[in-house]
Amino acid sequence: MQNILLNIDAGTIDWSRAQFALTAIYHWLFVPLTLGLAVIMGIAETCYYRTKKQFWKDVAKFWQKLFGVNFAMGVATGIILEFEFGTNWSNYSWFVGDIFGAPLAVEGILAFFMESTFVAVMFFGWKKVSPGFHLASTWLTGLGATISAWWILVANAWMQYPVGCAFNPDTMRHEMVSFAEVALSPFAVDKFCHTVISSWIIGAIFVVAVSCWYLLKKREQQLAVESIKIAVVVGLIASVGAAATGHKSAQSVGEVQPMKLAAMEALYNGGTDQGLTAVAWVNPFAQPDYENLKEAPLKIEMPYALSFMATNDIHGFVPGINDILNGYTTPDGKTEPSIEEKMARGRLAIATLSDYRKAKAGGANEATLNAYLAVLDKNMPYFGYGYLRDRSEAVPYIPVNFWAFRIMVGLGCLFILYFAVLTIMAFRIPLLSVIVRRLLAAFFIIPESEADSHELTRLPAWHYWVPIALLPLAYIASESGWLVAEFGRQPWTIQDMLPTWAAVSDLNAGSVMLTFILFLILFTTMLAVEISILLKQIKKGPESASLNDK
Amino acid sequence: MEKQGFWYKAFHLYYDGFRSMTLGKTLWTIILVKLFIIFAILKLFFFPNFLAQHADEGEEDKYVASELIERAK
Repeated sequence: MQNILLNIDAGTIDWSRAQFALTAIYHWLFVPLTLGLAVIMGIAETCYYRTKKQFWKDVAKFWQKLFGVNFAMGVATGIILEFEFGTNWSNYSWFVGDIFGAPLAVEGILAFFMESTFVAVMFFGWKKVSPGFHLASTWLTGLGATISAWWILVANAWMQYPVGCAFNPDTMRHEMVSFAEVALSPFAVDKFCHTVISSWIIGAIFVVAVSCWYLLKKREQQLAVESIKIAVVVGLIASVGAAATGHKSAQSVGEVQPMKLAAMEALYNGGTDQGLTAVAWVNPFAQPDYENLKEAPLKIEMPYALSFMATNDIHGFVPGINDILNGYTTPDGKTEPSIEEKMARGRLAIATLSDYRKAKAGGANEATLNAYLAVLDKNMPYFGYGYLRDRSEAVPYIPVNFWAFRIMVGLGCLFILYFAVLTIMAFRIPLLSVIVRRLLAAFFIIPESEADSHELTRLPAWHYWVPIALLPLAYIASESGWLVAEFGRQPWTIQDMLPTWAAVSDLNAGSVMLTFILFLILFTTMLAVEISILLKQIKKGPESASLNDK
Repeated sequence: MEKQGFWYKAFHLYYDGFRSMTLGKTLWTIILVKLFIIFAILKLFFFPNFLAQHADEGEEDKYVASELIERAK
């Protein structure tokens, strides 16, 4: 603990980062459940639409009620992030210009109109509109939330991979040159797919956990069993989908943020044929001595897996931290400059920007100004490196990236296994079900006497406690993903363009600390209120008496 | 006849919906309290527009340029 405490600079930058992280982490507690529950309540209502059975209507209404509680608690928590941009990160806000504002504006307008319209129809319209229109509104509520997520992720992806823009030295802002390039950036597409699909896992685990609580209490058993059947299919598709989209996401990171990938893997020295680290000793509380270590101690790796993950080729080249610091040439001849060279070019870009603005203010002729602009354009990709004082500042904090990545991937694998087993059990897939239960009995996970039981309602109590225990782990996996994404891109607020210490406003650290504490109290209170209302509604159960009897 | 129109139906969807809310009343109270805290307290007292306070209107680029150029020195 001592090392990390010594490294913390309780200054404006750190408190501003901490405050932003706190707000984003709390905001993300609400969002994935909204996205995940939207799919499950949509499927439940589709079952009602097709069968016209009151049972499915009640199931849909029950999950919509819990969706409503979560939706109400989460709404507007993201707005505070925008306040923070304007106050704590004013240089950043100005520098990114309309690039960042455009997706957020589209998100705000779409979210407001789609959600306020279709959420209202979903909750108020059961007796007012046709079943088909109501079903469409339920799905469009989920689609609206997903489209909102799209635009937010487009804005986030642009910070990690700035495309479709040009810097204007007169206004000191980036200007959008291609909306399509920003909105359909491959990095944004990969990020969107991975983030949204992994959110469905939280929705699925939540539904299984609530259903299992009912089975534990021997209440609403039909609702619980049928909801589990929907949730396990969604959960299995989502957890396998999260692995597949995670692979694609890792490739994107390898291409545009190689330092992040190297930090995630604690890969100090790269090369071809790289193995994926399964486990290694990386001290969670101190930056490792990557310059002098060949590799992380006690490393156990899966041969060739990192090369495959990053390049789709088991022999692919993956640069390590020292390769990126020293500069490298890939086997196909692509050369990447050293950090020192990037720092020199960054300083040249900033100095040229200063000279250009002075010349322009002094009324210099066009030829002179164009000469400055040519130099600036050539070196602009390295602009942010001009703020680095030491090459080590280009390296993110490795322990957080390394461990958060392993927590996310490890839990992701656990969810695939859990949903696969539960799908087989829930649908009583004949041969597989027997094999799974026999295997569980062979490893003493279930008693031999239960090996032939197929009834979800008659399992031992611990079966029902498993998803309840997995629910917080699903949130930890999701937040770990964000830790990897955001810690891994340090020191950059905009990749290669603007480090945190250039982006932050010249504020008093004490005032940022005060708002940090205020937020901590506010958000924790909101979370406690949400959990309290959700638990009360779960205990109360569905409103239809017919469901309770079954 | 006009009362059967789209806007009449849309109005009554919201009107009847809000009137018959049970849990929704608690949730709307929480949302309104939250919005009050966010906009009337946090935004007003803790999150001023930093650039508006430190640069004249239309001169923001000069302030940001001086900040970004000075911080690189």
